[in-house]
Amino acid sequence: MALEFDHVSKTFALPSGQELTAVNDINFKVEKGEFVSVVGPSGCGKSTILSMTAGLYQPTSGQVKVSGQLVTKPNPHVGFMLQKDLLLPWRTIIKNVEFGLESRGVSKSERRDRAMAELERCHLKGFENHYPYQLSGGMRQRAALARTLAIDPDIILLDEPFSALDAQTKLLIQDSFAETIKEAGITTLLITHDLAESVIMSDRVLVLSERPGTVQREIPIALPNREHPLARRQMTEIHEYANEIFTLLKLDRRAA
Amino acid sequence: MSQATTQKLVAVTILALVLLVWQFLPPALGVPKFIIPTITDMLSELGRMYRREDLIENTLSTALYTVLGFGIGSALGAAIGYLLGLSEFWERVLSPYILALQIAPKVAFAPLFIMWFGYNATPKLLVTVLIVFFPVLVNVLAAMKTVDRDMVNLARAYSLTRWQIFMKVEFPSTLPNLMAGLRIASTLAVIGVTVGELVGGNTGLGFLISYGGGQANAAMVFNSIVLLTVIGILLYSVLVWAEERLLHYLPKKEH
Repeated sequence: MALEFDHVSKTFALPSGQELTAVNDINFKVEKGEFVSVVGPSGCGKSTILSMTAGLYQPTSGQVKVSGQLVTKPNPHVGFMLQKDLLLPWRTIIKNVEFGLESRGVSKSERRDRAMAELERCHLKGFENHYPYQLSGGMRQRAALARTLAIDPDIILLDEPFSALDAQTKLLIQDSFAETIKEAGITTLLITHDLAESVIMSDRVLVLSERPGTVQREIPIALPNREHPLARRQMTEIHEYANEIFTLLKLDRRAA
Repeated sequence: MSQATTQKLVAVTILALVLLVWQFLPPALGVPKFIIPTITDMLSELGRMYRREDLIENTLSTALYTVLGFGIGSALGAAIGYLLGLSEFWERVLSPYILALQIAPKVAFAPLFIMWFGYNATPKLLVTVLIVFFPVLVNVLAAMKTVDRDMVNLARAYSLTRWQIFMKVEFPSTLPNLMAGLRIASTLAVIGVTVGELVGGNTGLGFLISYGGGQANAAMVFNSIVLLTVIGILLYSVLVWAEERLLHYLPKKEH
């Protein structure tokens, strides 16, 4: 089991003294190599799930396990990516990819080799000595993926990594990410607002309720071509899945 | 003609016009040269200062203490800025005092320092250190508070130690602000040294200013001011040069 949430709740103490329950009794499992998306209304605690998996903070009750191990602190087997690429602007692309390896006792030459291999896998060969500002938004996100994969994680967490990209770049980067992730065989948890994105990229979609967030439905996506979201996008079934999620989220009622 | 060449041409023309007016207008209006000396008066006074007033020694002394005061003051300011930036507790405790000291006119401390340390180089160095200290501290502190939390979290998730996070994420993030603080400080350093020398010195360009003033030698005062400005410009240019090299990774602004 790559990732397991077992009756997880998280309550924050607000500065005002009140308490805020972000997520309540979350239960789900992600199998090794599976690609699972989490969708839900704004403020339903999606990012809380991610931070607890990364070990940035612990649940108030319940357990989070990565590869069977209880997560109690920042976990070296978890890689995460945000909407912001978080590339260090003063480092070249290859030095950015090496960043995650620098506290792991990996030798300098091995760091360089692993970073080069990841850059190649993410189609960024030839850009290793560029600085982040010299790359487009899509290329920067691919560099961030290379950095995430370089630490050889058991699982990667993607927090809306495509939402800052323009519509066309987004399609291409989704495709490129999906292919790279499938090829690497890495377990992935994607947090997204984009319902179509969750359907075309995943094996399974978890639909959260409003805050306090809880898993209200798991929808397996029984479609081929997970590594090619562009191909999946052509299928008519996509709309049925997206509609089902749309209904679950009661988005039509919220719009009113 | 390109726009850049036109700009240069206009700038040079303005300079030439100002110098010409300075040279010929005051005598034409009957202004005596102890009020406004002409350019040629100033040049011949510069020669006299070189022969009789140890111009080179005084200029070098002022330059030395400007650089020294700037170096010590900004190193202290940066060090304390980073320390306070790492500790929210001490930052909160000390910030009212920092604010008060920042507002207090630092040059007004000069007579005190002379009373304490006598007529030597220590008072002017102290005034310079004090005046340089705050802009660097304030810039560094502000930058430490605005370091991208997500970047720090990323470093934490990669299991970097506290010290590694500082060296690899926080310090480089604050570099643009540190450099901006140093640039402001470099212009203030000249003021610090000048005030120190004006109030109680027997060396330096500030001393020549008060000496020349006492003798109604306006040309000497003007010459000293020009040289002080040159020292300031040199220091500032070195910092701009260093900044361009250090911060080469920032995209250039399009004009």
